[in-house]
Amino acid sequence: VTTLRPSLSGRDLVSMRDISREDLLAILDEAVEFEDYERPILRGKVLGSLFFEPSTRTNLSFTSAMQRLGGSTLGFADAKVSSTAKGESLVDTIRVVENYCDIVLIRHPLEGAARLAAESTAKPVINAGDGTNQHPTQTLLDLYTIRQRRGRLDNLKIAFIGDLKYSRTVHSLIETLTHFDNELFLVSPQSLRLPREFLEELDARGTVYSEDENFFSIAPDVDILYTTRIQQERFPDPVEYEKVKNAYRIDRAAIERIGGNVTVMHPLPRLNEIARDLDDYPGSAYFDQARNGVTVRKAVLSLLLGVGRE
Amino acid sequence: VNELTHRPEPGPPGAGGAAEPTIKVAALREGTVIDHLPAGTALKVLSVLGIKFEGAVTIGLNLDSAKLGRKDIIKIERREVTPQEVAKIALISPRSSFSIIRDFQVARKFTPTLPDTIENLIKCPNPSCISNSTWALTKFNVLRTDPLRVRCYYCERSLKKEEIELL
Repeated sequence: VTTLRPSLSGRDLVSMRDISREDLLAILDEAVEFEDYERPILRGKVLGSLFFEPSTRTNLSFTSAMQRLGGSTLGFADAKVSSTAKGESLVDTIRVVENYCDIVLIRHPLEGAARLAAESTAKPVINAGDGTNQHPTQTLLDLYTIRQRRGRLDNLKIAFIGDLKYSRTVHSLIETLTHFDNELFLVSPQSLRLPREFLEELDARGTVYSEDENFFSIAPDVDILYTTRIQQERFPDPVEYEKVKNAYRIDRAAIERIGGNVTVMHPLPRLNEIARDLDDYPGSAYFDQARNGVTVRKAVLSLLLGVGRE
Repeated sequence: VNELTHRPEPGPPGAGGAAEPTIKVAALREGTVIDHLPAGTALKVLSVLGIKFEGAVTIGLNLDSAKLGRKDIIKIERREVTPQEVAKIALISPRSSFSIIRDFQVARKFTPTLPDTIENLIKCPNPSCISNSTWALTKFNVLRTDPLRVRCYYCERSLKKEEIELL
């Protein structure tokens, strides 16, 4: 059994704000060891998977990670939000379910639900998304993918494109990247700019960044293009949506125009932000992200449960 | 300081007349003096303290102050503020000063310090925050004190001083 970082055993993974740079790097290093690792080290361990709102891919990814390490999963994939969204029943649900499992996974429409769950049980709790707030394993798999593709997490030029206002994924990744020294390009329509709170955070941390509406303002030697879906429901005026919808669509021609050797990322699902003609572009990493999600989650489950590789 | 009379603090040079007026305020035997409140905040502070007072309450509004230009002051007879009340007042007026008076003497003088976490004082304005559903407590972490910035322990939304709504 390998030596585990005692600092992570038994802990919760509720927010990236709780994870130090040192812990973050330890998780990513451990994840490297879990690539293709499938020994049943979690045999007899049970993941209690509570999806108060549906998320098929996150749910499947955690189930896959647990099963590939010999553990099992119980829980529900959807709950009538109207009857369970109240804090009172959430605490009761956790106090019941903690008896059935060794670690709790929770997805909930209300922000802070995973924190409340973690306070309600001594078992480790993993946040699989709480409203628009946090989804820490998504951020970890994004960082893992960046490091896998570029070999490092600093001295990179990283562009974020699309909906920077509402994207939980973008907020968490940008904030976590402030542990490292990178240059950021924030490309979005005026109405979907990164919220002021996050810009202030970048200023406070001394991160170099620029904001622009034009995709082609991005430096030609950019390393990462992190694209997001622009959701139609964010636009009260459908005419406005039609205008921006295609302004941030990335295809092979756009990639060739900015040149260089760029890694294209997307949290998926995509609509038309990334053209199909990029799927066989060597820099496209969005399906790697899905694969890395399982790898990173295997490492997280092993670390929080305090069970090392054999 | 348990002043028998309140004298306006020395103003900037040239300000004020030769004969400075004094305001007669009864000395406190027991109670609390809250001084150096920014002008206009005394009534808000009183509302935090509630309206049930046994003794006399003296309020000075918009008094001259060397430190603040203008200030408010509150003297409360026969009542010592609780740590919970001090924390609340610190959210409204972080640089106010408190004197606890016992037997005409200043028993303790302090400026409020905000704890690292503030429980059950601030209402989270985020309707999607779990703390606004039944059962959950409210809890905020203090990120910075000057200017004040707090973050909801649950939904992680950060609030500026002017966005803070007390419970």
